[in-house]
Amino acid sequence: MPDLGPHAIFIFAAYGVAFAAVAALAFAIVADDRKQRRLLADLESRGIRRRSAVTGRAGEPARGPRP
Amino acid sequence: MPSLANPTRFLDLAGRLIPWLAVLTAILFGIGLYLAFFVAPPDYQQGETVRIMFVHVPAAWLAMSGYALIAVASLGTLIWRHPLADVAAKAAAPIGATFALIALVTGSLWGKPMWGTYWVWDARLTSMLVLFLLYLGLIALWQAIEEPGRAGRAAAILGLVGAINIPIIKFSVDWWNTLHQPASIVRVGAPTIDPSMLGALAVMALAFTLLFVLLHLIAMRAEILRRRVRAMQRTQVEHAALAET
Repeated sequence: MPDLGPHAIFIFAAYGVAFAAVAALAFAIVADDRKQRRLLADLESRGIRRRSAVTGRAGEPARGPRP
Repeated sequence: MPSLANPTRFLDLAGRLIPWLAVLTAILFGIGLYLAFFVAPPDYQQGETVRIMFVHVPAAWLAMSGYALIAVASLGTLIWRHPLADVAAKAAAPIGATFALIALVTGSLWGKPMWGTYWVWDARLTSMLVLFLLYLGLIALWQAIEEPGRAGRAAAILGLVGAINIPIIKFSVDWWNTLHQPASIVRVGAPTIDPSMLGALAVMALAFTLLFVLLHLIAMRAEILRRRVRAMQRTQVEHAALAET
């Protein structure tokens, strides 16, 4: 790494803030994704189905107006 | 594209893309950071602080692009009633807000050694702050209205109204006298930035773009699943009520 001179603290702070912000965002998004997948798997394991999944024709993906 | 209107097909595609995108994003960040710190030379005027550009500029671009995505998705919600449009808009808001915050903070940290101040109320900085506040407003609106359909339509209106800020940010450096430098890359004519820095900036911009797409896909998947979970929980409650009667 080159000598970043007298303003090195500003450069490191900028990259540090960017890394921390992205890491926090990624952690929150991945944690939410895992939580929803866990909840969905739990409901499905108890035999609960979405109404659109229940009414969908055999062999076709269930279609609903909303996700 | 029409097949992506089906959330189930979207989930399948997202599941296949996410691991590849994660690997590609990590590789590009590795290359980009190497170029930014070991290959790109210091600027003849700004010295080593120009290295802040490699994170500041892509973050600002993605903050603006994220809002443009929300504006297009808002049209999708209000006009075409695309089933994934409000999911895309809702998922993009926190990501765009984070990139806007990164652009503001890194710009401030770049401004102090170069301008002698962390902040001035000039047109570019202020319009960028407005963008960040618009993102927060959208997130708050989504949180305030429980029913996703209603929340989506309300947020779509705010999303479209706020889109007027995007050209203001872009052209603020031309329309007003600002401390912020004028456009040096996306401009009429060739970029004014030296090719030795442009390469590193291009790789970092691509890495940031892939990071945005990656996080957006994961957030959209989580939102689709959240709505499914809510629908199934409602079905469960209805079945329990029927069983009691």
